[in-house]
Amino acid sequence: MTTTPILQVKNLQKSFGAVIAAKDICIDVSAGEVIGIIGANGAGKTTFVNMVTGYLKPSSGTIEFEGRDITGKPPRLVTQAGISRSFQVSQVFTTMTVYDNLLTALAIADSAGLNALLPIKRPELQQRCEETLARYHISEHRDSEASTLSQGVRKLLDIAMAMVSKPRILLLDEPTSGVSAEEKFDIMDIIMDALKADKVTVLFIEHDMEIIERYVSRVIAFYQGEVICDEPPEQALVDPKVREFVIGTEHHRETQGA
Amino acid sequence: METLITIVLDGLQYSSYLFIVSVGLTVIFGVMKILNVTHASFFTWGAYTAAFFIGKFSEMGWPDAFGFVIIFASAAVVGLVLGLLIERGLLRHMYERDEVLIVLATFGLFLMLEDLILLVFGVNPYFAYQPMALLESVEVGGITRDVYGLTLIGLAALVALACWYGQNRTKWGKLLIAVIYDREMSEAMGINVTVVYVVTFVIGAVLGALGGAYIAPTVSVTPGFGVDVIVLSFAVVVIGGMGSIPGALIGSILVGLLRALAVHKLPEIELFVVFAVMAIVLVFRPEGLFAPAKPRKI
Amino acid sequence: MRDRTVIGLTLGLGICAIGGYFVPDWFMNQMMFGFARALAIIGLLVLWRTGLVSFGHALYFGLGAYTVALMDINLGVTDAFVRLAGAMLVTGIIGVLLGYILRNYRDIFFAMLSLAFSMVLYGILVKTEALGSTDGFPVSAPTFMGAAPEGKYYLFVLICVVGWVSAVLVHSYLQSTLGRLTTAVRDNEIRVEYLGYSVARAIHIKYVISAVLTGAAGALTAMALGQVDPDSMVNWTASGELVFVTILSGPGSVAAPFIGSLIFELLRTYASEWAPHAWQMIVGGTLLAVIFFLPGGLWSIAARALRGRK
Repeated sequence: MTTTPILQVKNLQKSFGAVIAAKDICIDVSAGEVIGIIGANGAGKTTFVNMVTGYLKPSSGTIEFEGRDITGKPPRLVTQAGISRSFQVSQVFTTMTVYDNLLTALAIADSAGLNALLPIKRPELQQRCEETLARYHISEHRDSEASTLSQGVRKLLDIAMAMVSKPRILLLDEPTSGVSAEEKFDIMDIIMDALKADKVTVLFIEHDMEIIERYVSRVIAFYQGEVICDEPPEQALVDPKVREFVIGTEHHRETQGA
Repeated sequence: METLITIVLDGLQYSSYLFIVSVGLTVIFGVMKILNVTHASFFTWGAYTAAFFIGKFSEMGWPDAFGFVIIFASAAVVGLVLGLLIERGLLRHMYERDEVLIVLATFGLFLMLEDLILLVFGVNPYFAYQPMALLESVEVGGITRDVYGLTLIGLAALVALACWYGQNRTKWGKLLIAVIYDREMSEAMGINVTVVYVVTFVIGAVLGALGGAYIAPTVSVTPGFGVDVIVLSFAVVVIGGMGSIPGALIGSILVGLLRALAVHKLPEIELFVVFAVMAIVLVFRPEGLFAPAKPRKI
Repeated sequence: MRDRTVIGLTLGLGICAIGGYFVPDWFMNQMMFGFARALAIIGLLVLWRTGLVSFGHALYFGLGAYTVALMDINLGVTDAFVRLAGAMLVTGIIGVLLGYILRNYRDIFFAMLSLAFSMVLYGILVKTEALGSTDGFPVSAPTFMGAAPEGKYYLFVLICVVGWVSAVLVHSYLQSTLGRLTTAVRDNEIRVEYLGYSVARAIHIKYVISAVLTGAAGALTAMALGQVDPDSMVNWTASGELVFVTILSGPGSVAAPFIGSLIFELLRTYASEWAPHAWQMIVGGTLLAVIFFLPGGLWSIAARALRGRK
């Protein structure tokens, strides 16, 4: 018995004038999958995430989430529908502490109707805040101002905030970029444990093939706006196209010490 | 017919002095991203200095024609001195700060300079009519007009030409455009942005002062002289596009003619029409009518 | 509710309301003008926290003041409560309408557009005879539900009470989710949108709140002054004054505007007596000093002193 995919992207296309950033993208995602998105810089990965989450309007094509058409809806409505994302450059409230960042996020997620007038420091929110801080291992940073955080902690905060709306799909844009090599796996472990507990379908953009190998069950490779491979990692990582257009450059980057 | 000529000439005269004052403001905004309220001080100080010295030299028996020399000299001195003091003394400490905060700081400085005028020049009005009286009047299409007012139009045309030449035909103009486009890139390419800032600011200051100095012989120079002009200059700069010299030209002509039309035909809307246009431009085309093209940054 | 700010405000209300009866008239006048203006400052404070500075709030100040004047002259309304309600209704409606446009602007464009709107009103008022032109109108003394008292004490108490109510309401507003959406929007609009809330709507709401508060300020000032005129109430210089006092008070607390505004009022009175040609210099110099050395405004001094005592 086949169940409806939680996310169906059909013939998605995006051009900026003469530049084609996304060409005929077709992807079906089933609930619970963990998918890695790989590709060289400029291949269209972030454009794809931007379109799915509403930051960019596709030139043509459709995006269906849980059977509903969400094509072209703004980020605000996409979040309310149940899809969240994290950012390559973490988007946090710079002058607030980590605790306040999370509390604010929780309050905004719970602001329907007159709830928006309730005090932000209410017990239900504060409790959830503590729980979330613990789950993402950032409790020790709770009183630090967001602009002073290390990259790794910022990323965790970013993702924690994205999860506040209890999404069914989470798109992560390079969750470990800028994070030191030692920390990468720690951070990914924290993230993946937290997400698994919430039963979230995850898609993340990543350049580090070791991380891809360890965490995903499916790899989608982009090149010049097109999907050139959509297979489990064992096959994807030896696929000749992927080797030439993605890993080749990745390997080049790593040997250069990038 | 006579009314039409009057309206056109009045409008052009008004546009001319607005343009001379506003072009400095718009260039300063384009290059340094600062909306400089202190620009009004250049205008006021230029007017006071010119009026004062015209009076003094006239008393001493110098020929009235010398008044013109005084006007340009005042503009140069006021622009140079005040411009350098303000840019080096205040603005250079504020470039990284919030642009609205900078506007407020220049507003504070403007207020201080307004009272300083009272200290230096006293509270009595100055009326240095000599250069205007010297040029007498002329008949144009049946109406008498001051030649002086017409020379104002000529001066504005000269300034416009000089700006065009400076921007398009000199190396300096190209540097300016590079810095307007992208300050960081310009620095990376070796352009001494600080020097560009200082020179731009001083040129803008001199032009602002020139607007005040040249207009001084036609009015009674009193405290509070620059207050209305600065808001109108804002309107001109916004309408034309912040940072665009052709924009300042078109904006000045538009505002000047609109005002002249209103004054003669519908005096009730004289003030409101300029700001209504400013609001309309901001709503439908916030960059202004002639905004310099901005490259999209990722 | 053991909220320090509310306690402080209530104490302040008690002291002022009672003290106002005993202090000399000129001082009570200062407090009236100062506290009335403080309402507008609270409104600008809310906008400032959201990262927005309006160069044109004299629009609402003037609208509030002129609504009172016109209600007086054309409709014979003298009741202070009705006048106040009328002013707040008018400024509320205009705030909602203009808010649809302004909520899409930021930084210098927001500032300039608000300036433009206020100068449009100024231009209309100055050139329209029926609206008083440059002279404005006198405003008859307010009545209080039938009572027509001598002197201005009743009005003073009304201003204090309205000030207290507004401060307490805005204070609790700022502690709610909508209130937190001030600094959140200022810090990161993208994050707010991705959390599911419309930034434009948040800004719109705050804009309307500030418009109504400023309208109330204008209305109360008109009643306290006994007259309205465009130059002191609608011109861009009036907007500049409001912004100055906002910066002077600092964004730290809703109580700050009352103190900042009163100090401004006292300063202005004394400056006009002792140094009439240095007033602008004092304002300008203070503005620069605050921007450079005391970005949290006068309130940061008080806050530091209070914290130091712990």
